[in-house]
Amino acid sequence: MTVNWNRQNFTGDDPEKHPAILALRRDLASAVLEVESCRGEIWVVISPAEAIAVLTLLRDDPALGFDFLSDLTAVHWPQRQGAEFDIVYQLYSISHKTRFRVKVRLAEGQSVPTASGVWKTADWLEREVYDMFGIRFEGHPDPRRILNPDDFEGYPLRKEFPLQGRVRW
Amino acid sequence: MARQEIMTINMGPHHPSTHGVLRVILELDGEVVVNAIPDIGYLHRGVEKLSEDKKYLQVLPLTDRLDYIASGTNNLAYILAVEKLLAIEAPRRAQWIRTIFAELTRIVSHLLWLGTHAADIGAVTMLMYTLREREDVLDLIEETAGTRMMMTYFRPGGVVKDVLPDFTAKIKTFLDKYDVKVYEYERLLTKNRIWMNRTKGVGVINRADAVSLGLSGPSARASGVDWDIRRDEPYEAYDELEFDVPVRTEGDVYARYLCRIDEMRQSSRMLRQLIEGLPEGPYIERSARYVYPDKERVKDSMEAMIHHFKLVIDGLAPPAGEAYSTIESPKGEIGFYIVSDGSPKPYRLRIRPPCFVNLQSLLTMCKGNMIADVVAVIGSLDIVLGEIDR
Repeated sequence: MTVNWNRQNFTGDDPEKHPAILALRRDLASAVLEVESCRGEIWVVISPAEAIAVLTLLRDDPALGFDFLSDLTAVHWPQRQGAEFDIVYQLYSISHKTRFRVKVRLAEGQSVPTASGVWKTADWLEREVYDMFGIRFEGHPDPRRILNPDDFEGYPLRKEFPLQGRVRW
Repeated sequence: MARQEIMTINMGPHHPSTHGVLRVILELDGEVVVNAIPDIGYLHRGVEKLSEDKKYLQVLPLTDRLDYIASGTNNLAYILAVEKLLAIEAPRRAQWIRTIFAELTRIVSHLLWLGTHAADIGAVTMLMYTLREREDVLDLIEETAGTRMMMTYFRPGGVVKDVLPDFTAKIKTFLDKYDVKVYEYERLLTKNRIWMNRTKGVGVINRADAVSLGLSGPSARASGVDWDIRRDEPYEAYDELEFDVPVRTEGDVYARYLCRIDEMRQSSRMLRQLIEGLPEGPYIERSARYVYPDKERVKDSMEAMIHHFKLVIDGLAPPAGEAYSTIESPKGEIGFYIVSDGSPKPYRLRIRPPCFVNLQSLLTMCKGNMIADVVAVIGSLDIVLGEIDR
C-alpha cells in the first residue's frame, strides 16, 4: 500500500478510502461508529467495547502495521451529554510511515479496556489520563496517579476544575 | 544457602545524576537491580491546563519551558501544529531559518547531554569542553532571538525578525571549530577503555521492546528502529537537505552514545547546507490574517492598526477542528495535539512528551544490571524533567 497520508496532505481526499478505514469496515464493521477528518487528518470513532479488537487489528494487519503508539490522551466535553470524554489514540506505522487516529467516546464514569497489552507504552499514558481526567482503564496493571501526588483530590484537566486550584497556599 | 533479601533504595529526587528532580525507587538484590520504579511529577506545573486559559501566542513561551535545553524544537512543534490548524504556511526563508535554529538547538542539547552523561559516569572533564562549545551556540541564538535559552523566536507564519547579515558567516566559523571538537570528544571517549567498560552491553533494549515501549529519537535508533521524522515525514526544509540517519542495532548505552555523536555530525552537515542555500525573501507571511502587521505600517495605516489591535485584544482564533503535529526533537518525537473550538484559546492542548515516554523503558533497560549502571542508563536516555512533568 503506497497511499501516503502525511502532513502535506491538507484537504480534498475521501476518508473512506483510507486503508485503515477500509480494513476496519471489512473486518470489524460493527465497531466503527463514525469516520471524521480535519485538516487532512483522518480518524475513526469506535465503540469502547471493541476498542482492543480494533487496536490489535490496526497493529497486526500487515498492510497497516501501526506498531507504534505515538500518544494516548483524552479531551473533556462537559456539554456533550452521555459522551463527555474522548480518548484519543495517535498511531504511527514505522514501516509504512503513516499516521492514524482512533477515538473512543465515553460517558462520565464509563471505562475502557486498557491498551497496555497492545502497546506497553500505554501503561504510563493511561495512568496520566486517569490522573488528569479520572477515567478508569479496565485491567490496567498499575492504576495509580502519575504526576499528581497520590492523595490529590480532583482531576485537573476536567473543565470544571478551577484554574487556580482548590487550595489557597 | 544465604537468605535472599531485597533492599529498597531511593535514588533522588536530589541525586546529581538524575538530571533534575527524578526519584527512582530501586529494589536491589545485592548490587543487582530487580526493580526500578521512576517516581515523577515533582516539577509538574500544569502546562496543559494553563494553556487552556491562554491565547495561542501566550502558550508559546510555555513550550520553551518544557524541554528547556532545546527550546527551539518545542517551539517549532507547537508552531507547526498551530499553522496546521490555521492552514497557513511560512515563507521559504522562514522555514529555512527555523530549520537552522532547530538544528542549532539539537547541537546544544546533544552537547549538554554528552557533558552530563560523561560526568555521570566519571569523565567530568567532558562537561567543561562541551559547555564551552554550547556557549558559542547560545551566543548565536542570543544575537538573533534575544535570549540564550528560551528563544520564543518562531511565530505562526514565520519568525519574529530576520537574521543579522553576518549570521551565516558566524555559523560557518562556529561549524569549522565544532567539527574539530566533535573529533576531540570522540578521541576522549569512543575508544576509552573505562568508557567502553561502563557502557558496552549495559542497559540493553531490543527492537521489539523499544517499539512497544514507544522509544523514539536516538534512543530508539540505537536499538535498530530506522525511523527519523526529519527524513520520513519531512517538515520545513528537511526535504531539501541531504543527511544520513545513524542507526545501530546493539541497543546498549554505548550504541546510544554513538548514535548521538553521529547525529551531532549530521547536524553540522545539515547546517552547512542550510546556510549555503538560505533563500532570500520575506521572513514572515504578512498577508495571512493571523499574523501581526509590520510595525512601521501600524503607525500610518488605519487597516494595519485595526488588524494589529484585533490580534492583540482578541488573539488569533483558528477555525474549530483539531491537529496533531509531531517533529523530531533532540530527545525523540515531540508532538502537539491541539483541539480548537473556534475561540482564541486552545480548547485542549496535549503535549506528546518524548522524555516521559522514553523514561518508561528505564525498568526494561536496568533490570539485571548493577546499581552503578542505572546512572549510565539514565544518562543515555537523555531526559529533561521539565518536559516529563510538564
